[in-house]
Amino acid sequence: MALMTLSSPHAHGNNSTQKVMLTVTLATLPGLAVMTALFGFGTLINVVLAALFAIATEALILRIRQRPVMFFLKDNSALLTGVLIGLALPPLAPWWITLVATAFAIIFAKQLYGGMGNNPFNPAMIGYALVLISFPLQMTTNWALSSQMGASVAGLGDALSVIFAGGSADAFSGATPLDTYKHLISNKTATEVLTDTTFNGWLNGGWEWVNLAFLAGGLVLLWRRIITWHIPVAMLAGLSLCSLILGWDADMYTPASLHLLSGATMLGAFFIATDPVSAATTPLGKLIYGAGIGILLYIIRTWGSYPDAVAFAVLLMNFAAPFIDAYTQPRTYGHAKANRGLKKPEAK
Amino acid sequence: MTHQIQLHSFDGGIHPAENKQQSTRTPIRPAPLPALLTLPLGQHIGAPAVPCVAVGERVLKGQLVAHADGFVSVPLHAPTSGTVVAIEDRPVPHDSGLTALCLIIEPDGQEQWIEHQSLLDELGVTSLEDIAASDLVERIRGCGIAGMGGAGFPTAVKLAVKRDDNGNSPINTLIINGAECEPYITADDMLMRERADEVIHGIRVLLHILGAQRCLVGIEDNKPEAIAALNNACQSLDQSSQISIVAIPTKYPSGGEKQLIQILTGEEVPSGGIPANLGIVCQNVGTASAIYRAVYHGEPLISRITTVTGDAVSDPGNWDVMLGTPASHLLQLSGYQPQPLPRVIMGGPMMGFTLPDDSLPLVKTSNCLLAPSVTEMPVNEAAMACIRCGMCTLACPAQLLPQQLYWFSKAEEFDKAEQHNLFDCIECGACSYVCPSQIPLVQYYRHAKGAIREERAAHQKSEQARERFERRLARQEREAAEKEAKRKARAEAAALAAANKKAAAAAENSASATPAASGGSSSSPVAAALTSPALEKLQKQLTAAQTAISKTKEKLSAAQQALSAGDEDQQTKVAALESALVKAQTRMKDLAKDIAAEKKALKAQPAAATDTAAGPDKGDPNSPERLQRKWETAQARLDAAIKRLEEAKAQGLDTVAALETGIVKQQQRVDEAKAAWQAVTGAPVATNTDSTEPSSQSSAEADAVRKKIRAAQDRLNKAQERLAMAREQQLDTVDALTLGVNKQQDKLNALTQQLAELEQTASQTTTTSGTD
Repeated sequence: MALMTLSSPHAHGNNSTQKVMLTVTLATLPGLAVMTALFGFGTLINVVLAALFAIATEALILRIRQRPVMFFLKDNSALLTGVLIGLALPPLAPWWITLVATAFAIIFAKQLYGGMGNNPFNPAMIGYALVLISFPLQMTTNWALSSQMGASVAGLGDALSVIFAGGSADAFSGATPLDTYKHLISNKTATEVLTDTTFNGWLNGGWEWVNLAFLAGGLVLLWRRIITWHIPVAMLAGLSLCSLILGWDADMYTPASLHLLSGATMLGAFFIATDPVSAATTPLGKLIYGAGIGILLYIIRTWGSYPDAVAFAVLLMNFAAPFIDAYTQPRTYGHAKANRGLKKPEAK
Repeated sequence: MTHQIQLHSFDGGIHPAENKQQSTRTPIRPAPLPALLTLPLGQHIGAPAVPCVAVGERVLKGQLVAHADGFVSVPLHAPTSGTVVAIEDRPVPHDSGLTALCLIIEPDGQEQWIEHQSLLDELGVTSLEDIAASDLVERIRGCGIAGMGGAGFPTAVKLAVKRDDNGNSPINTLIINGAECEPYITADDMLMRERADEVIHGIRVLLHILGAQRCLVGIEDNKPEAIAALNNACQSLDQSSQISIVAIPTKYPSGGEKQLIQILTGEEVPSGGIPANLGIVCQNVGTASAIYRAVYHGEPLISRITTVTGDAVSDPGNWDVMLGTPASHLLQLSGYQPQPLPRVIMGGPMMGFTLPDDSLPLVKTSNCLLAPSVTEMPVNEAAMACIRCGMCTLACPAQLLPQQLYWFSKAEEFDKAEQHNLFDCIECGACSYVCPSQIPLVQYYRHAKGAIREERAAHQKSEQARERFERRLARQEREAAEKEAKRKARAEAAALAAANKKAAAAAENSASATPAASGGSSSSPVAAALTSPALEKLQKQLTAAQTAISKTKEKLSAAQQALSAGDEDQQTKVAALESALVKAQTRMKDLAKDIAAEKKALKAQPAAATDTAAGPDKGDPNSPERLQRKWETAQARLDAAIKRLEEAKAQGLDTVAALETGIVKQQQRVDEAKAAWQAVTGAPVATNTDSTEPSSQSSAEADAVRKKIRAAQDRLNKAQERLAMAREQQLDTVDALTLGVNKQQDKLNALTQQLAELEQTASQTTTTSGTD
């Protein structure tokens, strides 16, 4: 009897890429829910819109590249990119900003590099950085106000009108706590700053809930072993150390608590920086990569002119990831020491 | 005994579904005889065994049918009594899918054993401790035992440890591998449960051979029955304190030799090294049992326990099966149900290989036949893109970066893959198992390893070819030089003989007018007639050379004038002309010498005739030239073998021992060849002297001078060659070389003169003795 021949291993675990991507997407839901509760329907609409744009663009470009459309679409990576862009954009950003960010992320940052797995940069952050630089007005000033602060939140109708019909978002938007603190602290004391309407005495202005929700989602990813602890821990440690050492005086600099629980810190630590394709992959490399993001995050937030810095910090470290990997190879079994760099060691 | 052993852990590893309970429900069953047994001659690592029975011969159970071929090889025995019906190429169970020489035996059903007995009885001793380790190793080798865990490395080779002068063994720990970490396989588990005594006795033999202080038996904790059975067997022994049965956590691949050593000792086998480097020898429980049977019963390795399992068989279990039994026979015994996309794996689901056909036989390393249904083990889906998730890195037990290796292998950046320690990959398949994108990672690594090995082999081959070519060139040059030297020597000898003859003839003439002189003169016209065309030719060549020289001189002076007139282009021309002139002059000198020799030879025709007859015969296999060449070839082979040995040692290959024996043999050959050559080269010189020189003292002196002349001539030739080369390439060594050539020429001239003087005295002596 002739038999089928295949080479080993014959057994396979039941993990799959689409499961990984779907789990990451689902893990963002607590954060999405909190954001929707705080900032109104804008975030939800953005996320849905960005996800749809992402899938449509991916299908289109795959078709143009003559790749099997369904085979790649079912890996859920475009969905995840869309969701992350939707979460990162201001809740009341006009629809075309979402479209530009998503399309650029999928087409340029991902598919033109060869598609899934081949992109050196985090696609979602490339898309976000593009619109942040191109449309600073829409991107930096109209972040929705938080209901925590007693602000009136845009309802579904208002949100739809602002996003799709070009309605004014002024009534529902303002600067974020991170941005406000940075600007006010230059000529006020910490106590005075907190009296500002953005805070109303409450340091994080509702953002702590957003960050805690993303932290919870991140812990799910750790538990499901989709990410390892290295990058988030190193990034948060880098950020904390910088803000404790350099910004210990709350009257001079933004305090560590605001850094950690405001802005996109937790989203960045667990969902953005951990994008495996563009991150460092060796255990030690992940620590260096994460710490680098944390330090850059602090530097750009403190001395840069943008309100937040996750996108830039991550993209800058993406550049370094291959280099970091080459120099942080683990010590292989039976070897006295680890190899460094890519050069072949001379005659053994 | 269960001892508290500090367990260590290895990085990575996976927990695939064990699927072991299916095949442990029934005890081990003896498999009935199949119609035919197919015994591949290479069931182990190393050289295949060599058949020592003929087709049609009747063999007994346990009879040697093929003997080991070298040190790293094992013999093969008939699993049952019957007739050898064929010795031919058949497909063999090997992941290469190739065919190899097999011995086919048709059983007669009588199961008639060859005479066999315990080694204790054979040596007339009562206890194991009274037997020398070497005798035990010899018994194990003779019984054809090879590692039964899967690799099939000849066990005796691993056990041949050299003790120091005080009799201390370099091995301190014997590790017995009962981990059986691959899913589905239960052969070792059932063996330990049912034949624990055999395993423990085998361990005692191993401990005695190795002189190790302790033995650690590593068993995964999912085999509590086996652990209990071994503990019981151990307690019934006195030296149980030496043997520790250690339960280790169930994690694939804990049964990998390197991983098991790490778990039990915390030490790592150095990359490219072997466990013995750490003072450890690792053996499988099945091997221990086979050793027990070999030592205490004299039974060679002719059967083994094999698990037959998978959803495609209705009655999974373990069989005690004769080597050479076709897989189909066992599958039928286990109730095989035909499947769509049928697949039969020899070995486990992680590292086993699929059989191309179910008629293939079971061999010494076949621990499992796994026949899965297609739902149980689906055919791999199309691989998706690598997302660099790093799950493979977490699973790798060798602390490699599987994902980087994958990218490098895929891009054929093999140097980078090597730099990332590709060759430390044990191909356990853990990375592929966890890959969410279903990428066949191990296959990529195998491909890369294969490509790198091929590249290395090609490089080595081209290196060898280059060396061979260079050696050939050198040999040709040397031979040409030798030929030239011989020709000159012959001419000189002829001249000498002629002079002697002349002197003798003169002496005779002066004494009395004899007819001998007329006889001598009557032969000379014939010789002159024979040789004069050659002489004429040489003279013509000489004239041609002289004309060429004069022409070149003219051209040279013209060119020099042009050069002095300022034409710088002439510079190279002048140099070329000068060198041409020198060459022509040398040629002319050579020709003149040849002519002189020819003339001398012409005069001394009878002497020359005898001389050529006595000269070295080219067809004679015992001629000094042949012998010398033989010696040189042998020496070259020896050198190559030593080089190979060094390489093998550096790489820690298991061919070292074989190479060493080869080298010793080769050395003997070299010595023989050398002795033969020396014996022959001494003799002809002596005979020559006798025939040409009656006066022994002066002749010996003349001989020494002649030798010197030959050597000087050789040196001169070489120097001239070098000079010509230097001139051609316009090197700045030309002056120095010219000086050297001149000096050499002077020396040669001096020597020739000395010889001439000697000859003169010799001839005078002859004359005087003749007149007396």
